[in-house]
Parts: sequence; structure tokens; C-alpha cells
Amino acid sequence: MKILVCISHVPDTTSKINFTDNDTKFDTNGVQFVINPYDEFVLTRAMWFKEKQGASVTVVNVGSASTEPTLRKALAIGADDAIRVNAEPIDGMSVAKEIAEVAKNGGYDLVLAGKESSDYNGQMVPGMVAAMLGFNFVNGCVGMEVDGNNVTATREIDGGSESLVTTLPLVVGGQKGIVEESDLRIPNMRGIMMARKKPLNVVEPTSSENATSSQSFEKPAPKGAVKLVDADNIDELINLLHNKAKVI
Amino acid sequence: MSVLVYANSSEGKFKKSAFEVVSYGKKVAEELGTNVIAVTINIDGVAELQNYGAETIVTVNNDGLKVFNAQGYASVIKQVAEAKGSNVIIIDSSIDGLYLGPLLSVAFNAGYASNVVAAPSSTSPFIVKRKAFSNKGFNNTEISTENKVIGLAKNSYGIHENSVTASVESFQASIGDFGVASTSIDKAVGKVTIADADVVVSAGRGLKGPENWGMVEELADVLGAATACSKPVSDLGWRPHGEHVGQTGKPVATNLYIAIGISGAIQHLAGINASKVKVVINTDPEAPFFKAADYGIVGDAFEVVPQLISKLRDFKAQNS
Repeated sequence: MKILVCISHVPDTTSKINFTDNDTKFDTNGVQFVINPYDEFVLTRAMWFKEKQGASVTVVNVGSASTEPTLRKALAIGADDAIRVNAEPIDGMSVAKEIAEVAKNGGYDLVLAGKESSDYNGQMVPGMVAAMLGFNFVNGCVGMEVDGNNVTATREIDGGSESLVTTLPLVVGGQKGIVEESDLRIPNMRGIMMARKKPLNVVEPTSSENATSSQSFEKPAPKGAVKLVDADNIDELINLLHNKAKVI
Repeated sequence: MSVLVYANSSEGKFKKSAFEVVSYGKKVAEELGTNVIAVTINIDGVAELQNYGAETIVTVNNDGLKVFNAQGYASVIKQVAEAKGSNVIIIDSSIDGLYLGPLLSVAFNAGYASNVVAAPSSTSPFIVKRKAFSNKGFNNTEISTENKVIGLAKNSYGIHENSVTASVESFQASIGDFGVASTSIDKAVGKVTIADADVVVSAGRGLKGPENWGMVEELADVLGAATACSKPVSDLGWRPHGEHVGQTGKPVATNLYIAIGISGAIQHLAGINASKVKVVINTDPEAPFFKAADYGIVGDAFEVVPQLISKLRDFKAQNS
């Protein structure tokens, strides 16, 4: 099985979010970038397939050279090789086109991605890649097994879960549950040393087509201070929720 | 040209998001000087949609679509859009909406923006505002393609009454084979889900142990709320993973979010920030949650929550 894992390079969750150039650009100043947390879950699942069922694992990112440390981290976790498509990501559609191209050229039969990235949270890329390639698609995946070409998967639904059957070739948008948080791997020194020698191939983008583009950013309106209610005065809280906030 | 909205339903009932997308579709149609068409799949009694402005309701009934299938639903919505000459499609950003959205956008050759929170600020160019950075910002996005798909965020634009008389017509969709098939669904019956709830009652490690969740469930019951929990609580196995809300858990965008004994780590707040009113109950006045909340009580949950339950019962009795 040839697995392609999509790695998004995102600001760490604890980063301060600021915008520059008249609110048209994300301010990367002082921001630490990490592997998208959702992608870490599927990468770990890919490592399991590699170790238990014999698969090769390639990681891919669409981005500038500044994303290479993130790809190296994925290699240190255990991926065999990495591909960076040398393009600034513009929107989900343009990223999906590049990943679909890489998947097609490399003959991958399983494409794993976090269901969303923690920066734009759009849940667009995995489904678009599947639709472009004509692969099957499972989103919100919280468990999967592969037996030959047959795949059983579980996805999250409102208030529960759904069991699915499908076949390779397949794209999966995964989330916590596909592996547990305690299964996530921190690269060790040996992994980091080995990662330096693993291939990281840079390929040029095939198209620059995008369907949407960012015009500007906004921050949420500043929130007023919390209104504290005395623990002995629950009636006041109920009154506020009913008459002022109008939520009960 | 027209605007097509997919009115999401489950077990023969419209989801609240169905009324939100129809309201939103009506607004977009007005801005574009056209009309709004709603498509429904396997639901009878669709007249309710005309309260929110659906001038035409297209019903699709097909045994092959009894269980949600992203590929199948995307294909049906696209067929209706093409038959009706729509070039803007609006769906919700529910779990199923986000599953079918990207498939629909590729099939329909459309630019797609999901988690959209407001009516377009301009229709030429076509610009919508969507959530970004886990609710820490918004992005104004231009959709430059002729065909467009918009995924509307839950509880953002709101439900707006706009009564019209709709014409209802049925549509025969052609359904091929799906590459993904459902074999079983495991779902609690009769329980309010986090996605559907207007109120969510959530508790954290401050509750000290799973045996103390009775009062959380009781409070949720009084409010008709769903129960949720913080990440440490689900990691400790005190509560099922499905209740974990926050960055890597479920997102919450309710009218009222009550956090009991949750300190308010940034990852937790990222997942619940889209909720309109946040109430925190915590013994520690320095807990970061107080900075994110609208109302707060510094106090012991084991004293405050039982009082809250009893006072809310009285309140509900008086106001029902």
C-alpha cells in the first residue's frame, strides 16, 4: 500500500492571531508553526499501517520553503519521504489540485489528511482531492482498517458514529479517534537524525488556478468584561440570562 | 439564474440549519435580484420552508438516499442546480454539510467557502465572511468563479421569517453506485446532540470524578441542553469521547454554553468561542475562562449547580 499523508503547516494553537498590511496578511511575527494537529492523528495512523501491514508513507505539503521544518518533523516521526509543492497556498481548490496531481503521479492508493487544518478550518481539501481523482472519500473518520482493497471505516455523525465500507483508492479526512492522543509520537533523536537524510523532493506547481481568494481579515469584536454574579444570588444569573441575554 | 439551498433534514424533520440556509438564501437571492429554490431529500411536509422565503421547493424522494451519503447527496443537489439553472448553492456547515461540500464544489465546478457567518458584503465581486483561526479571526473571501457553493456556519446568520407561497415540485434524480456504503449507525436515541442543541452544559476536571456527573445531566435536562466535557475529562475516561468539545473535539456554536469546573485552556476556548453567551462556574477566580465568559460565578460547583437546577426548575414552571 502506498500512502500519501497531507501535512498542513499551521500556527500553533496558542499563537496570538494578528494581521498586517491593512489586515490583508496574517502576521507570522513570533508565531510558531507546527504540523496541523488533525494531520498528526492521520500521520500516526499511517505509521501504524507501515509497521503492521507494510506500507510506504510519503508526506506532502503545498507551501514555500519555510514549511520544510514541518515536513522534516513528519519525516522524524517516521514517514519515508517528503514532497513539497513549491507554491504559496491560495485556497482549498488550488491546494487540492496540487495534491491530486502528486497523488496521481505517484500512484498512491490511500491519501490521508486531517479533516481540517486548524488555521482555516474549512474541511475542503480532502474531499476536493477525492472528487478530482475519482477516489472514494470518508470524512470525519475516527477509525479505519484496511484488508487488501477493502476498507472498513467509522465516521463521526451528530450524536454518534456510522460504520462504513469502501475500497481503495480512498481519501480519508481524519480526526482524533483514528488514533488516540496518547498514540501520537514525539520525534526522538534517532528519528530527527534519520530525517535529515530522508528525501525531501521539491516539485513545481502544475497550475496556479484558484477559485477563491482572501481579501482581508478581521478580528472578532472585543468582548466586554465578564459580569460576575454572587454565588448566593443565582436568581440574578437566571434573570440576566432570561431578560438580558435572552437565551433561556 | 437562481439561488439553490439544500434544506437539511434527519428522520423526517428539518434541522434548524434548514431554516437558517433558506433565510440566508433568500437574502442572497434578493441581493442578486433573483429567487430562491430549496431542495429537500426524503422528507414529507416541506411547506414550513415557505415561512423563510423559499419560493420554489424541489422535493427528491429516493430509496437509495435513505441514509445520508455524501457522494449521493452532492450529486442530487448538483442535478437540481443544473436543472434549475442555479449558480449559487447554499448548504449548512453541519458534519454532513462539510462532508458533501467539497465533493459538490468540484462536481459543480464552483468556488467554495465554508463556515460563512454573514450575508455577502458585496455580490460583485462576491465576498463572504468566514471563520478562520479557530474562531480567533474572520476572513473576507472573494469567490471568483461563476458557480459558487457557500457553507453557512451554524447559528450565525440566524433565522429570518419571510413568508411566501411556495410552489412544490418533485424531481427525479438519477443515482449511480456509491463507493462508500453505510453498514450501521450507532446513535443515542432521544438525546439532544451537541450539534443540534441551543444550550450546552459542559463540565471539566473541577468535578473531581465521573460519579459527580449526575448534576450536570440534571442541569442539562432542565435546560433541554446537550452535555459536553473538556479534553482532560474525556482523556481520563470519565466521559465518552463524543462529548469532548474544543480544538480537537467537537465545535460548539450554541446560544448558551455553561462551563462548570473548566479552567478554559486556549484549545478549549477555540472550540467553543462561537457560542453566543458563555457562563462559567469555577472556584478559581483566576481561571482563564473568566476572561472569555459573559457571566461568571466564583464558587463551588457542588453548591452552585444544585441551587441553579432548583431555581431553574421554578423559573421554568413559572414561564411555561
